Amino acid sequence: MNVALVKFLAMGGYAGYVWPAYGVFLLVLLIDWLSASFHYRRLLLEERHRLTWKKAHQSHVSRTLPPPP
Amino acid sequence: MTMQRTRKRRLITILLVSTATALATSLIVFALQQNMNYLFTPSQIKAGKARKQHSFRLGGIVKTGSIRHSHNTLQVFFTVVDAKAAIPVIYTGILPDLFGDQQSVIVSGHMEQQRFVANQVLTKHDATYMPRELKQAMVHTDAGEHGTCPGSRT
Amino acid sequence: MSVWIPLWLRKLAAPPHFYCIAGKLRRWSGRLAVLLGIIALYGALLLAPTDYRQGDAYRIIFVHVPSAWMSLFIYILMGGTALLGLIWRIKLAELATIASAPIGAAFTLITLITGSLWGKRMWGTWWTWDARLSSELILLFLYLGVIALYHSFCNARQGARAASFLTLIGLINVPIVHFSVQWWHTLHQGSTINLFGPSYISASMLWPLLTMTLATKAYYLASLCGRMRKQLLWQERGKHWARRIIAMGE
Repeated sequence: MNVALVKFLAMGGYAGYVWPAYGVFLLVLLIDWLSASFHYRRLLLEERHRLTWKKAHQSHVSRTLPPPP
Repeated sequence: MTMQRTRKRRLITILLVSTATALATSLIVFALQQNMNYLFTPSQIKAGKARKQHSFRLGGIVKTGSIRHSHNTLQVFFTVVDAKAAIPVIYTGILPDLFGDQQSVIVSGHMEQQRFVANQVLTKHDATYMPRELKQAMVHTDAGEHGTCPGSRT
Repeated sequence: MSVWIPLWLRKLAAPPHFYCIAGKLRRWSGRLAVLLGIIALYGALLLAPTDYRQGDAYRIIFVHVPSAWMSLFIYILMGGTALLGLIWRIKLAELATIASAPIGAAFTLITLITGSLWGKRMWGTWWTWDARLSSELILLFLYLGVIALYHSFCNARQGARAASFLTLIGLINVPIVHFSVQWWHTLHQGSTINLFGPSYISASMLWPLLTMTLATKAYYLASLCGRMRKQLLWQERGKHWARRIIAMGE
C-alpha cells in the first residue's frame, strides 16, 4: 500500500476516533434523508392504491345499483 | 376584528406561559448555581468552599516540574495550582494524552489531610487551534518566552 | 389570513404552489449540500494542517461544531415557526415546526456522539455531567419530546399545536446550551469562533469549518422541504391538486 495513504488513514494515531466520528456524521444524515424519502414514496404508493380502488369500487357500485332519484 | 382579538389573546397567553417558564427555570438555575459548578479551584478549596462535600472536582493547572511518576506502579504525584494556591495530588491510573506540565486538568476525588486523592484525571483543552508548523515557528522566534502549553506530545 | 400579508406571499403559501417550489428547492439545495460537503470534507481531512496541541484528533471539529450549531439553529427556527403556527394558525409554519424536529434531533445526536469520541481521547472520558454536555442532552430530549407529542395526537393539527407549545417552552434551553461554558466551570472549553469578538482558529482550519457549516445549512433546507412536501400531500390528500399529483406519481 501507498505510504501516504497509510499515513492518511492512520490520522496521526487517532484513526479509531476520527473515522468513526465522520462515519456517524454521514450515516445519521443518510438515515434522515432515506427515511424521509421512504415515507414519501410509501405515501404516494398507498394513496395511489386507495384512489384506484375507490375508482374501481365506485364504478362497480354505479353499475349494480339503480341511479339515485 | 374578532379574529384580531383572538390572536391577541393567544399571543398574550403564550407570552405569559413562556415568561413564567423562563422565570421558573432561571430561579432553579440560580438556586442550583452552587451545585452546577463543575469544579473547585485550589484557592476555593483553601478558602474552605469545598469543605461540605466529601468528593468533588478540583480544577487548575499542573505546576511545571511537579510531575513525579512512581518507579514500578502507575502511581503519579503532581501539584495543581491556580493564581493563588496549590494542592498536591496523588493519582493511580492511566493519564490522558494531553497530560503534562502547564496543562489544565480537572481531577475528581477527595481530600486526605492536605493531599487530594484522585480517582479520575481529565484534561481540559482551550479553544485555540493552530497548525503545528506555525506553533513550532512561533516557539523558535521567541525562544526566550515559554509557550503557554508546551504539551507532552510535540 | 389577515390583510397585511402581501398577495404574492399568500400565493406562494397556497399548498399546490408551495409543493412545487419546495420540490425544486429540495433538489437544488440537496445538490448544493453534496457539493459543499465534498469540498469541506476534502479541506477538513486533507488540506487542513495538523493541530499543534491535539494532533489529528482535532479534525473531529469539522463535523462536531457544524452539527452543534445546527442543533441550536434548527431549534431557534422551530421556535419562530411554532409562534407563527400558534398565533396565526399558519399551516405551513406548523408543518415546518414538525418537519424540522427529526432533522434537529439528527444533528443533536451527531453532536453528542462525535463529541463523545473526541472527549474520550482529549479529555479522557466519553461522558461527564458538565453544564454544556447535560444541556445538549436535554436538547435531544426536547426534540424527541416534540416528535413524540405530535405523534400522540390523532388529529395532525392538534398534535402540531401541542408540539409547537412544547417547542416554545423548550426555547429556554437554547441560551443555557450556548452560554453554559461561560456561566459555569465546565470541562467543555469556551467558544472558538465568536461572531462578536476574536476567534481562536487559523484561517487554514477555519474555511473547511465554515464550508461544512454552509453544507449542513443547505442539507437542512433540502431535508426540510422534502419532509414538508410529504406532510402537505398527506394532509391535503382529499383535495383535487393532491390527487392529481398522487395519480401522476410526482
